[in-house]
Amino acid sequence: MTYTKIITGAALIAAFASSAFADGHSIRMGTEGAYPPYNFVNDSGEVDGFEREVGDELCKRANLDCTWVINDWDSIIPNLVSGNYDTIIAGMSITSERDEVIDFTSEYFPPDPSTYVALAGASDDVVNGVVAAQTSTIQAAYIASSSATVVEFATPEETVAAVRNGEADAVLADDAYLADIVNASNGELAFVGSPVAIGGGIGMGIRESDTELKEKMNTAIASIKADGTLTKLIAKWFDGRSVEY
Amino acid sequence: MFHYCVDPQNLDGFYWWSCYLTTVKHISFYKSFLVVFALLIVTVPLILLFGFIGAIARQSKLYPVRLFGITYTSIVRGVPDIIFFLFVPIALDQGIEYLRHKVKCPDWTEPIRQGNDFVVCQIAKMPVGSSDQWIHETYGFFLAALAFSIVFGAFAANTINGAINAIPPTQIETGVAYGMTNKQIFIRIQFPQMWAYALPGLSNLWMILIKATPLLFLLGVQDIVYWARELGGTKTARFTYPHEDWRLGYFIVLLVFYLFLSWVSEIFFNKLTLRVTRGQATLSGMNNNRSEKRSS
Repeated sequence: MTYTKIITGAALIAAFASSAFADGHSIRMGTEGAYPPYNFVNDSGEVDGFEREVGDELCKRANLDCTWVINDWDSIIPNLVSGNYDTIIAGMSITSERDEVIDFTSEYFPPDPSTYVALAGASDDVVNGVVAAQTSTIQAAYIASSSATVVEFATPEETVAAVRNGEADAVLADDAYLADIVNASNGELAFVGSPVAIGGGIGMGIRESDTELKEKMNTAIASIKADGTLTKLIAKWFDGRSVEY
Repeated sequence: MFHYCVDPQNLDGFYWWSCYLTTVKHISFYKSFLVVFALLIVTVPLILLFGFIGAIARQSKLYPVRLFGITYTSIVRGVPDIIFFLFVPIALDQGIEYLRHKVKCPDWTEPIRQGNDFVVCQIAKMPVGSSDQWIHETYGFFLAALAFSIVFGAFAANTINGAINAIPPTQIETGVAYGMTNKQIFIRIQFPQMWAYALPGLSNLWMILIKATPLLFLLGVQDIVYWARELGGTKTARFTYPHEDWRLGYFIVLLVFYLFLSWVSEIFFNKLTLRVTRGQATLSGMNNNRSEKRSS
């Protein structure tokens, strides 16, 4: 079994000496699995959500065999660069800081304003108070550079819990994530203040040395944009939001 | 799981719960308890092994060996665990892949370190990229177990070293007077008696090890804390079984589990202490003796 794998591996390397990637080659997709509707683990224990569908479609078009891997947000970039998986597809906005460490494909989701959520009835001033955000996100960086005080949490779930139990006055996160939470809260939580535009669109993170995979994914992304597949998927997972490419 | 679970929206009470608690995700949660036990079973012998190596190295007459023992115990005990747990598995993984790369792909000309990236040829990957997910998970688990063993081994080394030193020097002198070699003294006098002194420290270490198992998730192993957090988190209408933030409930289950484990360990160590201190010149050994005399 192992020998066959080594032999096939060696054959592939020999056939495509310039690159490690061959058609039908398997790659591993790293995601957080805790950020619906982008990515989450459904009740069958499978990675599900917008990015699951986008990722599977991209893999199909790039003729790659993809396996999904769940990894904590905190260590998602270190584990990519050390080669535990080959892509990050986890609602990660393209920023210049991240771009210094890893590369991004072109965006598969447009820049999305971030919104504040607080307990229902809170005044708009709470956005200048203590604001919760997930560690190492554009939102955490944004609050840190503003006049508000940031409290960081490892998971999105904890940022919302901090607002519910009064540890934070408000939470700042991607609009789509918070919209679900507000809808499910029976009026306990509400949007406050005005949305802020931070960060670029969402792209797939890829090792800087992996230019071939990046090109393949860019081609596949261009293709799902061109034939309207991406527009349909965004509408499906983001309550009919219409994005034209 | 059950035949009536097809449409959970229309279920309530007992039926809803019976379906909810038997989803594939919950089964993964139940299985992850075994991961904790597996980790304990794999690491304990390794911890004792590293502990002995460290302690014996510190007792060595050769300066370089002693230096190794001292460096190991001081550095590992001094560095915060969390840094160590992130560093060791990644370093081990990259070290193994580096060696495999050198052996299997000697013709490779590109550098392995490209900026932040660590790039080896595909067949040098450990495990090979195309392996099943469970192979990746098992490999990750063993890297994690090794990291745990190295860290806790250093603490064990210190405990064992102290235990060896705690044996009354007169006994060693007696051994010398009988003409025993150093090896004989170690095997016949120090090794059998050190347990009485080492056990309180080692049982402490065991308790800390139990509490440290949630660090597994940092290393990408999905343990009970990961699943409790994941299952307990708010489930919006996108999920088959929507519910509010139930993390408290799940964490109470973990609390009971950890308390139970500590309780069972406590009983076990009490028994073991009685066993190893029998006839020894320690307080519990003396009490032990006295109670035996009384009962006879």
